[in-house]
Amino acid sequence: MTRPLLTVRDLRVSFPIRPSGAMPWTRSRLLRAVDGVDFTLPAGQTLGVVGESGCGKSTLARALIGLVPAKGRAEWIDGADLIGLSPRRMMAYRSQIQMIFQDPLASLNPRMTVGQIIAEPLATHRPDLPRAQIRDRVKAMMDRVGLLPSQINRYPHEFSGGQCQRIGIARALIVEPRLIICDEPVSALDVSIQAQVINLLMRLQADLGLSLIFIAHDLSVVRHISDRVMVLYLGKVMEIASSDDLYSNPQHPYTQALLSAVPVPDPSQDPAARIVPLRGELPSPTDPPSGCVFRTRCPRAAARCAAEVPVLAGSDHQTACHFPGPLTAQEIARARTVEAA
Amino acid sequence: MVIDERKMRSLAARMAQAEVRGRSPWADARRRFFRNKAAMAGLMILVLVALFAIFGGQAAVWSNEELDFSVMGQVATMGAPSWSNGHYFGTDDLGRDLFARTVQGTQISLLVGIVGAGIAVIVGTLYGAVAGYVGGRTDQAMMRLVDILMSIPYMFVLILLLVMFGRSMSMLFLGIGLISWLDMARIVRGQTLSLKNREFIEAARATGVPTWRIITRHVVPNLLGVVAVYATLLVPLMILTESFISFLGLGVQEPLTSWGALISEGAGTMNYGTLWQLAFPLFFFVITLFGFFFVGDGLRDALDPKDR
Repeated sequence: MTRPLLTVRDLRVSFPIRPSGAMPWTRSRLLRAVDGVDFTLPAGQTLGVVGESGCGKSTLARALIGLVPAKGRAEWIDGADLIGLSPRRMMAYRSQIQMIFQDPLASLNPRMTVGQIIAEPLATHRPDLPRAQIRDRVKAMMDRVGLLPSQINRYPHEFSGGQCQRIGIARALIVEPRLIICDEPVSALDVSIQAQVINLLMRLQADLGLSLIFIAHDLSVVRHISDRVMVLYLGKVMEIASSDDLYSNPQHPYTQALLSAVPVPDPSQDPAARIVPLRGELPSPTDPPSGCVFRTRCPRAAARCAAEVPVLAGSDHQTACHFPGPLTAQEIARARTVEAA
Repeated sequence: MVIDERKMRSLAARMAQAEVRGRSPWADARRRFFRNKAAMAGLMILVLVALFAIFGGQAAVWSNEELDFSVMGQVATMGAPSWSNGHYFGTDDLGRDLFARTVQGTQISLLVGIVGAGIAVIVGTLYGAVAGYVGGRTDQAMMRLVDILMSIPYMFVLILLLVMFGRSMSMLFLGIGLISWLDMARIVRGQTLSLKNREFIEAARATGVPTWRIITRHVVPNLLGVVAVYATLLVPLMILTESFISFLGLGVQEPLTSWGALISEGAGTMNYGTLWQLAFPLFFFVITLFGFFFVGDGLRDALDPKDR
C-alpha cells in the first residue's frame, strides 16, 4: 500500500481566552477549537469536512497550513511532520499545500492586479524565474481556470464573484501544489456559479492529480466532490467514512440529524417525518460537556455518554459513539416531544 | 492529435490577445476627486499659492533684505501698497518690501508643513503598520512608547528644544517631526489591525510571503487612502504649529521669516494704521488652510465612497 499524502494524528488547536478586563495574572481559559482530530488523506483523493458553524472546520484548515499554532502530528508523504516545523523548513511545504478561501473578493488584495495576485506565490517560491516567464505562466494558468488571459491587468473589483474564485484557484495552482485546502470555496457564490467552480475543481483535480480537503456546510456539495467525508462537532470527529457509505448509512446520531436537515427537492415528501430535531445550542467550546461532547443534544444519550469519551472506532467507516446505529422512529418521536416542550 | 493542435492554436491565440488595461482603485478615486468641485477649488488655490511661493520672487521689484530708505520712518503714510514704487503689498515697519517677505514666508511655511507631514507619513505609517501587523508584545511596547511621547506636552518640549539648542530651521524640523508622527502611528495601527485578519493577508501568509513583503505590498497600499487624507489635514496643522511658535517669537529667525512671524509683526503694528502688514500674510495663511482642508475632505470622499 502506498503512503497517504497526509496523515493527521491527534491534531489539537486551542486558544487561550482571557475575559476582558482580567488582571495579567489570572489564568486564561482554553478554547479547544480542534480537539484530537485523526484522518488520512491518500494522494489524489478528496476529503470532505462538514459540521455546523463553530465546530472547528476552518481552524483545522488553518492549523494544517500553519496559520495557527497546533499540537499533534500531521505527517506529509515524505515523513516530515508539518506541525512544529521551523518557518524556514515549512517554506518548502508551503508551495505544496495551498488554500482557497471562502470570500472570493476579500481573499484578493484590491490594490493589486490579477496578474500580480496570481504571480505572488510563484514570485515567493521561485524567485529565480524571470519576469516574462512568470507572466507567461500566469496567463496560461488564467486560461486553464477559465479566465481570459488578456484581463491580466485588471483589478479584482472588476470581476464577478465566480471569476474572483477562479482567480483564487489560479493563485493556489500556480506553484503546482499537491494538496489544496478549500475553506468553504463556494458558500459565497450562487448556485449556478457553485456548480461551475466545483466542476472546475474536479476537472483540475483529475488533470493534475491533486488532493483536496474540502470544507463546506452544504452537504450535497460535499457528497458530490468527496471520496471520504468527515463530520466534526465541537472540534471532535464524530464520524468519518466514504461519502456513499456516510450518506446512505449514517451511524452517528449527529450525522443522522445533519443529513435529515438537508432540504429535499420533492415537496410531496413530508420533511417533518424525517427531520431529527436537535435541542438546544452548540455548547461553548471553552467548557465542553464531559464524556461525549454531543450528549447534551443527542436523542440517544445515556449515563455512559457522560462518563466515558467515545473513541473513533471501526476500520473504514469510523464512528465516535457508544451506541451507533440508525435512530428508530421512537427515538425521533421522543426527541420531537422534548423539543416541543 | 488534431484536437490537441486546435486546442494549442486557440490557446496561442488567446495568449496573444491584447491585454486589457484595468481600472485601478486609485484611478477610480482620482476620477471621483476631479468631479468634486470644492476639492478642485482647494487644489487650484494650493497650486496658485505654490506658484506664488516658487515664482513670486521673480515678480518682486525689491529683494526681501533691502530697506527702502524713502519710506523708512513714515511707513504708515508712504509704505502702503502701491504699484508705482514696486511695493505691491506695502512695506513692513523697517521699510522692507512686504511682497518679497510674503513670498519668503510662504516658502518657509509650506516647507515646514510639507516636511512635517512627510516625516509623519513615512515614520508614522511604517511604525504603525509594523506594530499593528506584528502584534503581541512588540505592539504593546511600541504603542506604549507612543503613549509616553504623547503624554509629554509637546509645545513645552518644542519651546525647550528651541531655547536650549538655539533657534534654527533644522531644530524646528526636528521638533515638529518628533511629535507629528504619533497620531499617524496610532491611526495606521488601528487600520492595520482591521486589515490584518482579512483573507488576502491570510492568503499571503499561508503562501509564505515574508512579513516585510506583506507589510509593504499588502498592508501599506491598503492604508494609503487613510494616510493621504490624514496627511493633507496634517500639513495645515504643521503650518499652524510653526506659526504659533513663530508668533511666540521662537520660530524661524531673522532674516528668514514665515507666515506666523509676519502675522505676528503685522498684529503688533495694526493699531498704527498699517493694516496691510497683517492682511497680506493672513490672507495667504487662511486661503492655504482652506485649500488643504477642502482637498483633504475631497480625498476622503474620493477614497472612501462607502463612508459618506
